[in-house]
Amino acid sequence: MQKIPFIQKKILLIFASLSIISSTLAQASEEVNVYSYRQAFLVEPLFDKFTEETGIKVNVIFAKKGMAERLAREGKHSPADILLTTDISRLIELHDRDLLQTYSSKTLLDAIPSQYRSKDNTWYALTTRVRNIYSAKRLGVINVNYEDLADSKYKGKICTRSGKHAYNIALVASMIATHGKAETLVWLEKFKANLARKPQGSDRGQVQAIHQKLCDISLGNSYYFGKMLADEKQKVWADGVYINFPNQSNRGAHVNISGMAMAKYAPNSESAKILMEFLVSKDAQKLYAETNMEYPVRTDVMPSALVASWGTFKADSLPLETIAKYRKEALKLIDQAKFDL
Amino acid sequence: MVLASFASSSDLFSHLWQTVLPDYIANTLILGVSVVCLSLVFGTLSAAFIVHTNVKGKGFLRWLLLLPLAMPAYLVAYLYTDLLDYAGPVQRTLRGWFDWQSPNDYWFFDIRTLPGASLVISLVLFPYVYMLARTAFEQQDQNLLRAGRLLGLSAKQSFFKVALPLARPAIAISASLVLMETLADFATVNYFAVNTLTTAIYDTWLGYGDLATANALASLLMLIILFAVVAEQRARAGQRHQSNRPNQHIEIIKLSFVQQVFISGFCWVLVLVGFLLPFTLLVIMAIEYSDMSQLMKLVEPSKNSIEVSFYAATIATCLALLFGLYRRLSNDKWRMFPLILSGFGYAVPGTVLAMALLATFGPLDHFINDVAVYFQLIEPGLVLSGTIFAIVFAFVVRFAAIANGTISSGIEQIPRSLDFAPASLGVGLGEMLKKVHLPILRPSILVAWLLVFIESMKELPAVLLLRPFNFETLSIQIYQLISDEMLEQGALSAILIVLLGLVPIIWLNRSKEST
Repeated sequence: MQKIPFIQKKILLIFASLSIISSTLAQASEEVNVYSYRQAFLVEPLFDKFTEETGIKVNVIFAKKGMAERLAREGKHSPADILLTTDISRLIELHDRDLLQTYSSKTLLDAIPSQYRSKDNTWYALTTRVRNIYSAKRLGVINVNYEDLADSKYKGKICTRSGKHAYNIALVASMIATHGKAETLVWLEKFKANLARKPQGSDRGQVQAIHQKLCDISLGNSYYFGKMLADEKQKVWADGVYINFPNQSNRGAHVNISGMAMAKYAPNSESAKILMEFLVSKDAQKLYAETNMEYPVRTDVMPSALVASWGTFKADSLPLETIAKYRKEALKLIDQAKFDL
Repeated sequence: MVLASFASSSDLFSHLWQTVLPDYIANTLILGVSVVCLSLVFGTLSAAFIVHTNVKGKGFLRWLLLLPLAMPAYLVAYLYTDLLDYAGPVQRTLRGWFDWQSPNDYWFFDIRTLPGASLVISLVLFPYVYMLARTAFEQQDQNLLRAGRLLGLSAKQSFFKVALPLARPAIAISASLVLMETLADFATVNYFAVNTLTTAIYDTWLGYGDLATANALASLLMLIILFAVVAEQRARAGQRHQSNRPNQHIEIIKLSFVQQVFISGFCWVLVLVGFLLPFTLLVIMAIEYSDMSQLMKLVEPSKNSIEVSFYAATIATCLALLFGLYRRLSNDKWRMFPLILSGFGYAVPGTVLAMALLATFGPLDHFINDVAVYFQLIEPGLVLSGTIFAIVFAFVVRFAAIANGTISSGIEQIPRSLDFAPASLGVGLGEMLKKVHLPILRPSILVAWLLVFIESMKELPAVLLLRPFNFETLSIQIYQLISDEMLEQGALSAILIVLLGLVPIIWLNRSKEST
């Protein structure tokens, strides 16, 4: 018998081990793989229900930093089917880097209002969230606009998380779209001068600071209010503040979205389509809205009773693409105002 | 990376330079210098006290001083900012006692500042200095110290003039580890609202989407470290210390009562603030907020954490041994090269490293798949970048510096004469290593393995980005909860990370004791 040369043996060995690994990678066909910018435990109840209804298993990776980069590097071998994001800019970034594929169906188009999906059917919003202004109850009921954050009457009374957090960048981008760059820079500088402390922590941490009388006003997304009320430690923080919907007498409150899209090279595109349709179904929208305290994107699904109790509001009609367009400009202005320093 | 960085003289760079970059650089330098200085003071002094004095509780303190290593820095940062900032229990209690109403009524140091960050980071990193310094002090040739005493030096003088200079290589290695860890850090400084060069790297890459400028900044960061390391090596060029005299009698200084109080106080405060206090806070949180059902959910993440850390520690240690011995025994002009080169991964922020690995393995994976298609085999998928291979690789690259440092300082302690002794007896290289070098290096090998293991258990950013589907580790679980101010619910995972890190530390200490 001819002996196999050593080097060929090695190559065989490598391929044998590769095929073992690959067999564990590509298990059953009834699966869908999700890259999520959103924390896994927030979406898990939804996926559990999906699996229960369809028998399709959902695999999730949660990460924020560098997810788009990973997807791009993986290219056509990427295992990702569905991408979930928590900010419009991420969706647009994925779109602009040509990492998405189009998919539309009557179900999707009927469920989602046109301002909350891309024109080329690559991405769809799932929920909307407002960038609210929280105010201490001790101030009484106030009527507040984003522009007021620069008002010197709030000197030393405002708290916020880092200016460079995606939610604040989107807000600044909407300011640029409304007022122009120069005016927004002045606003940012005055806003910074009003801060009680250096930008730090999370949106919830700011409400905690209000509770501790460190400041009276803070910026925060709407759903955190509901989340805090549901947490035994954080409930007292939330009890001390009102949630305000800014700019109600003019353009309306700044709204951002969480959304979904199908990856360009989705290996399980059929399952992915089923998942997308499921996520906009009435049941799923209801569940999503209930667990995350966000506003369902479907107009025929009501937000949770708690969220509904905060009242109806007027949303800024600025197209989401415009907000994404001004993102880099916004970031530059935030640097220029040395907002975080 | 360097090439890409010099190719770009971008607008973004000048924008950053005109706005925030000078502040970031200043912060980075101040943070680096103050953390290194504080760690040196904490680590060297405590090591000297433990080795050279009869401080009370020495038996316990010897290993208690290692415990802060098991605490992830981001966790300690979170706990301390939570404890000491305005809304925290300490200031709340003070306000209650003295009836202060607002921050204007009193002064309290602000934890979310550069000094606050420096102090807390030093508290978790000083054990590196302590450990390497302690080993160096213990293994020094005590005859030299005795000679110093005979020449009329006081105990203090002989420590500063003889023992400390002799331990300098080991201390320098530990200081460079501390510096690299500090500068690569992002999560910890983020809690302190301190912006450093790492902030700028993340902003340019993830915010502005400008990879070239991010690379330029990362290179700048490495340059700072290179400069510091080279400067130190220059300063002690030409010095060579070799002394390995285990089991020798070490002269112990008897402390007066007052000295005893201060010195044991110093050591206990380090243990208390670096480990006991944060750990107790975690335990309290776990008791208040957790139940047993959560414990079951931690089995899988624990297994994953241990698995990747085990591989990483084993590989990193083997490589360090290989490179270290190569440098020692080879006559090759480039013998230093693998050791130095492999050490720089520690200075690269985890996320940046993860990206670099994706950039390397991505194309490689594509190539493998293309080959598979060519031979009409099943496409294996992303076998390198999409499996735990990438995570283990990232850990090895990132923590190679620790293994290298520990094993090199072990090798330095082996007298040169031993390299030649076996040859004169007609024994081959392999036999010599097996019979002479490896047994002497056993403690260093253990330390290297355990340090890499502990660091890998704590690592967050790289594993977050590189992990395959449904692959959770303990550090990821903690991160998810911390980022929503809900550490209470992650307290059990945190305790588990610390405990799993403690086991090797205690084991390490016992095995050192027995050798």
